[in-house]
Amino acid sequence: MADPAQDAVGMPQLDFTTFPNQIFWLIVAMIALYLILSRVALPQISAVLADRRGAITNDIAAAEEAKQKAAAAEEAYHKALANARAEAGRIVDQARAEIQQELDVQMAKAEAEIAARSAESEKRIREIRESAMDMVAEVAKDTTREVLGVFDVKADARTVNAAVTARLKQGGTA
Amino acid sequence: MAENGIVIKPMDQFIVKPLFGGDMVSWYTPTNVTLWMALTVLAATAMMVYGSRGRAVVPTRAQSVAELTYSFIYKMVEDVAGRDAVRFFPYIMTVFLFVLFANLLGLIPFAFTTTSHIAVTAVLALTVFISVTALGFILHGTKFLKLFWVDSAPLPLRPVLALIEVISYFVRPVSHSIRLAGAMMAGHAVAKVFAGFAAALGAAFFLPILAVTALYALELLVAVIQAYVFTILTCVYLKDALHPAH
Repeated sequence: MADPAQDAVGMPQLDFTTFPNQIFWLIVAMIALYLILSRVALPQISAVLADRRGAITNDIAAAEEAKQKAAAAEEAYHKALANARAEAGRIVDQARAEIQQELDVQMAKAEAEIAARSAESEKRIREIRESAMDMVAEVAKDTTREVLGVFDVKADARTVNAAVTARLKQGGTA
Repeated sequence: MAENGIVIKPMDQFIVKPLFGGDMVSWYTPTNVTLWMALTVLAATAMMVYGSRGRAVVPTRAQSVAELTYSFIYKMVEDVAGRDAVRFFPYIMTVFLFVLFANLLGLIPFAFTTTSHIAVTAVLALTVFISVTALGFILHGTKFLKLFWVDSAPLPLRPVLALIEVISYFVRPVSHSIRLAGAMMAGHAVAKVFAGFAAALGAAFFLPILAVTALYALELLVAVIQAYVFTILTCVYLKDALHPAH
């Protein structure tokens, strides 16, 4: 180093005797670096980048799919809920209608029974009344006969009966 | 400068020396150029291959650095030179990583900066210039010459513009290479000069040391920016070859 021949004279950059050496080693270095990069480094890195892009794309697609599934599930849930509500409403309506129908049937039945019973009662009342009238006529005829017998009035049965019946008819309507 | 025993030799760091003694520097002699280029290739390989060896979908920090560098240059090629330039991406990546690591390794004290030599940057720039020109003619034939014929200009101006365009086209490799070598050389030489001042100034040594520290931060920035500039210019020239129309 102390050797003056090794000291720079002017610019070492312009020492043309070193040019072949520098150019040779530069070409060697560039070829080596080019081969390393183009054969190993760049394919490796571009593969990793492609993998990552693929992974990201896949993940985004999966997320999109999951989102759609969630939306579909929500829609299905809402649909099921609406269906259930409609079904519930329908069941309530049906039950109400059935009850109404049952009620109507029972009412009709009860009314019919009531009508039947009251008709029967009326009939019996009429019968009782009629039989009572008959008995009144009988009692009146017997009484008349007895009374006539007490007063020694001879009267045949037919005449008495006719008179009593006529009287009763008059009095019954009066 | 020699009288106080301190000699500032800012250009000594650029001397090409044989690694194993001797004075002869023939074309195949292993020199400090060989050593530092090998280290450059190793560093670039370490970052790009070793860093991403895990091939993890969720990257580690080292893998992330490799991937960010890859994506950064890939996007630059795509944006600047167009989609069809992507087939030249491996070469552009090689240029970028080589220049970047040569610049950065050159910042290590006592290191040799291969990219501070015009021989190296000129070969890099000429490779780009010659292959881009050849590519232009292969892809477009004589239509490639339309690059120099500005159709949008008024007719009388076109020959003048064509002359200017041709000159600027041939100046490209010169500016392309000298920009990088010049930036590297200047920064390193200035750092060396300031460091020499620190030894020469005695009690006030801290002033140059502060200056060197600031300069060093700047040089770190310059190292990265020059690698970026060299690469983006390569992309710009490539774009001209692929799409010569203005």
